Amino acid sequence: MNLQFVIDGLLAGSMIGLGAIGVTLTYSILRFSNFAHGDFMAWGAYATLAVVGAIGAMFGKIAPIAPLSFGWPLIAALIIGMAITGLLALLLDLVLFARLRAKGQAIIVVMASFGASMALRSLLEFVFTSRPTYFSRAIQIAMPVGFGIRVTPDQIALLLLTAVLVLGVHFLMTRTQTGRSMQALSQNAALARIVGIDVAKVVRVTWIIGGALACVAGVMIGILIQIRPFMGFDMLLPMFAAAILGGIGSVPGAVLGGLIIGLAEAGAVQLIGAEWRAAVSFIILMAVLFVRPIGLFGVRER
Amino acid sequence: MSQAVLDVRDLEAGYEPGVPIVRGASIIVNKGEIVVVLGPNGAGKSSLIKAIAGLVPITRGTVLLDGKDITAAPAHTMVRLGLAFVPQTENIFPLMSVEDNLRVACGILKPRETPARIEEMYAAFPDLARQRKTVAGNLSGGQRQMLAVARALIVHPKVLVLDEPSAGLSPKFVSTVFEMLAGIRKSGVTILLVEQNARAALAIGDRAYVLVEGKDRHEGVASELWNDPVVAELYLGQRRLDSESKGSAA
Repeated sequence: MNLQFVIDGLLAGSMIGLGAIGVTLTYSILRFSNFAHGDFMAWGAYATLAVVGAIGAMFGKIAPIAPLSFGWPLIAALIIGMAITGLLALLLDLVLFARLRAKGQAIIVVMASFGASMALRSLLEFVFTSRPTYFSRAIQIAMPVGFGIRVTPDQIALLLLTAVLVLGVHFLMTRTQTGRSMQALSQNAALARIVGIDVAKVVRVTWIIGGALACVAGVMIGILIQIRPFMGFDMLLPMFAAAILGGIGSVPGAVLGGLIIGLAEAGAVQLIGAEWRAAVSFIILMAVLFVRPIGLFGVRER
Repeated sequence: MSQAVLDVRDLEAGYEPGVPIVRGASIIVNKGEIVVVLGPNGAGKSSLIKAIAGLVPITRGTVLLDGKDITAAPAHTMVRLGLAFVPQTENIFPLMSVEDNLRVACGILKPRETPARIEEMYAAFPDLARQRKTVAGNLSGGQRQMLAVARALIVHPKVLVLDEPSAGLSPKFVSTVFEMLAGIRKSGVTILLVEQNARAALAIGDRAYVLVEGKDRHEGVASELWNDPVVAELYLGQRRLDSESKGSAA
C-alpha cells in the first residue's frame, strides 16, 4: 500500500484538530456544542482572502517566498484574519449566545448555534458567491521524501505551523494564569468566581482562541484544497468526533483525536474507497467510546 | 464598633424575588475574632454568608467590610475587596494539582509574589506541601478542606468566611479542621463561620449568633452559649430532631 495517506491524513488531521480545540474549549467552558464553529473556519478563510486582496491592491503583486506558494501578504493576512475571526466569535457571543446562556437552557444555545451557522454561511454565499476560490492557482511540485511519500513545501510549512500553535495553546492552558483560569472555570464555575476569576474575561479569551485557531484551519484548507462557503460546515462532524474522541476539555486530546480521524479517513479512502471515509472515522469513534467513554484524554467527573 | 471588620446590617436576601431566606439579619465580626453563626436546619445560615460573599441576591440591608460598602459586589471581586469565602462542598478544583489550585487563586497577587506566598501556605499546611503535585480530587476529605482554606488565605483576606467546614467529614477530621481554624485565628486572621456542629464551633469561637428563620435571634459569648437556656429554646429541639434523623450528627 502507498504510504502517501500518512501525509494526507496528518494534514487533514491538523485541520480537524485545530478546529476541535475550539469545539472542546467552548464545550468545556461554556457548556454547549457550538455548531457554528465550522463556519468560523470559512469566515476566517474568506477574511484572510479579503485581506490578501487588500494588500495586493495597496502594494501591487508580491512574489511568493520560494519554495512556498504564498508570500508575506498571506502571512500578514492570516494574522489579521485570526483577529477578525476571534472578534467575530466574540460578537456572536455578545449578541446571541451570552443572552441565551443567561436564561440557562443549554439546548436553546445549541439550536441557536445551528441558526448562527446557517446565517454565517449564507452571508458568505451572498458576499462571495458559492463558487470555489483559491489563495493561489500556482501548482507546487511535491518532493519525494522516501517510502513513496511526496510532500509539497506548503504542506511542510502548514504542519509546522500546526505544531507550533498546538504547543502554544497547550502552554497557555497549563502554564499561564489565563489557562489555569480556563481550567478552573470548566471544572467549577461557581468556585471560579469565588476565587476571584472574572468569568466574562475568561469567556472572551476562550472565544478569541477558538476563533483564531478556526481561522488557521480554514486558511489551511484554503491553501491545500479550496475556499468555499461550505468548507467549515463539512468539517463539523469530524471536528466533534475529534473533540469527543480526545476527551472533552483536553487540548492535546482534541489534536490527537483530529490526527486519528484524519489518518483513519485518509487510510480508508485508500483501502476501502472514498465513500467509506466518514463511516470509518465514526466506527473508530464508537469503538473508542465503548472501551473508554470519557475519550482518550478525558477525565472522569469526581 | 469601629474595629468591626465585617458589619452586616438588616440583611434580606434570597434566590427568588419576593421569597427572602435571610430576613433582616445583623451580625458583626470584630478584628481577630472567630464568630460562629448557629441555627436549626433551614434557618438561612448558608444563604446569609453566601449573600455576604455575593453569591445570593441581596434585596435589603448593607454589608460593610472595614467600613467600606461591599453590598452585592460581584462574587469575583470579593477577594480583591478582602473577603475570602470557603464553600461547604465542591470547594476545590478536583482535576487540578494541589499547587495549581493554590496558584489559580493568586490572581490578585503580583506574579512575582506568588511563588513565595505558595511556599508560605505549604509551611502552614505541611500536609499539602507533601502533595503539591497530587490531583486535588484524590485528596482525603480533611486535606481537601485544608486546601480550600489555604486557597482562601493565600490572598491575605481581611476576613475568612467558611460554610460548615466540618460537613461531611469523619469525626477524626472534624477536630483537625477546628484545630486548624483556631491556629489560623492565632495568626491574626478574622473568621466568620457557619456551623451545624455547634459544640465544636463554640469551643473555638469568641462570639456566636443564633439564626432562626433568617433573622439573628440571639447573640452571646461562645463559651456561655452552649448552656444558655434561650439557645436551648430556639435551637435545641431542632437539634435533637437533627441528630435523630441523621444519626451521626455530632
